[in-house]
Amino acid sequence: MDKADYQLVIIGGGPAGLTAGLYAARARLNTVLVEKAALGGQVLITHWVDNYPGVVDGAAGYDLIETWTAHARRFGLETRSVNVVSLDLKDSIKILHLENGDRITARAVIICTGGSPGKLNVPGEKEFTGKGVSYCATCDGPFYKGREIAVVGGGNTAIQEAVHLTRFAAKVTVIHRREELRATKVVQEKAFADERIEFILNAEVEEILGGSDGVEGLRLRHRDGSASSLAVTGVFILIGVVPNNEILPRGALELDEYGFIITDTEMRTALPGVFAAGDIRSKNFRQIVTAAGEGATAELSAEHYLANMNEQ
Amino acid sequence: MASDNVIQISDNEFESKVLQGDLPCLVDFWAPWCGPCKAIGPVIDELAAEFAGRVLIAKMNVDDNPATPGKYGIRAIPTLILFKNGDVVDQITGAVGKTQLTELINKAV
Repeated sequence: MDKADYQLVIIGGGPAGLTAGLYAARARLNTVLVEKAALGGQVLITHWVDNYPGVVDGAAGYDLIETWTAHARRFGLETRSVNVVSLDLKDSIKILHLENGDRITARAVIICTGGSPGKLNVPGEKEFTGKGVSYCATCDGPFYKGREIAVVGGGNTAIQEAVHLTRFAAKVTVIHRREELRATKVVQEKAFADERIEFILNAEVEEILGGSDGVEGLRLRHRDGSASSLAVTGVFILIGVVPNNEILPRGALELDEYGFIITDTEMRTALPGVFAAGDIRSKNFRQIVTAAGEGATAELSAEHYLANMNEQ
Repeated sequence: MASDNVIQISDNEFESKVLQGDLPCLVDFWAPWCGPCKAIGPVIDELAAEFAGRVLIAKMNVDDNPATPGKYGIRAIPTLILFKNGDVVDQITGAVGKTQLTELINKAV
C-alpha cells in the first residue's frame, strides 16, 4: 500500500475538531488538524458560554476555546493554517487539495468543517455587511453605544445576544417570524424581564435599508400581510447555521436536504475511513458539548478503522 | 501579542505612520473584548515577520482610538485595511485565514 503523509487528518478546528485532535494526539496517531481561519470556530463569535459542564461560572467563548487549543497542544497535536479546496475520499488514501497547490494525504479523515451564520438573503444584506449588518454580537456590539438596533431570530443565540447587546444599545428590537421564541426558558425569561428589549413577532425582514453611512432601517412584512419600517443603525442576524460543505466531493457523501453530512451513531459516513463530527453533521441540536462528544466518538471510530486496516 | 514586527498605533500617530509612511501599511483594527481579533493575532505576527521591510503591519485598539475607526466607517472588527500612499487599497472584515490575508497584503507589494 502507498504511504500517506498522516494516519489521520482532521479538517476544521472548532470544538469537534479540537476534541478529535486531543484524542488523536493522546492516542499517538500521526495526525494533523487543518484550519482555514482561526482555531475555535463559532465559539470565537460567542460572547458568553454558560452551559458547558464543569465551567461553573461560565466563560467568554474565546477564553473557553483557547484552553481547548492549549489542551490539544499539550499532547503535541500538529495544527496547520491552510485552506482546503477539494477532497478525494473514495480510495484508501484520502487526498486534501490545498489552495496553494500542495496536497496532504492520510489514511483517515474526520470532517469538522462546521457551519456559518445563516443569512436572510434579502436586499441590502450583502451591501451593508460590516456597515450595520452583523453576524457577531460580541465583535460588533460595542460600536452601537446608545443606538437603536435589531436582532433577527428567536433561538438561543439570538435571544442571548439580544440581552448582551443591551449593555451597549439604548434599545434592542427582536424580530422573529413565529409567534413564540425557540430559546430555552431561562434565556427567554431574562429577555422578557429586560425593558430595553422589545419584540416584534410574526414578522420577517424584507429589506435592509441604508445610505453611504450604512444601515438606517429595516422594512418588515407581517404575517397578516401588512408592512412596516423600523429605524435602526444596526441589525444582528442570528438565525442559525448553514453547513460549510463547499469542499465536499459531490455525490460521494450522503447529505441531508440542507446539505449536512449524514453519519451513523459512531460518526461514520457513507465512505470507509471518512468520519464527520460537530455542526457539519445532520442533527437537531448544535451545542459545544455535543460537538465535543462527537469529536471524541469520531476519533475513536477512526482509531478502530486504522487498527483494522493494519491487520489486513 | 508581543511581536517585534507589529507596531501599535494611536489616532495621533495614524497620519504620520500610516498615511505618510514610506511603506504600504496593513492596519488591524481590534479590541480586547473581541475573540476573533485575538484569534488572528498569531497569523498577524507571522505576516509581520514575512513582510518585514516591505509592508508595515500595525494594530489599532478601537477602544482607545475612536477617531480613526470612525473616519473609515468601521462598525465591525476585526477589520483589516491596507493603505498605500495614503489611500485605501482594500479591506477585509472577519477572522479570515493566512491565505486571504497574504493575498490582501500582496495587493500593495
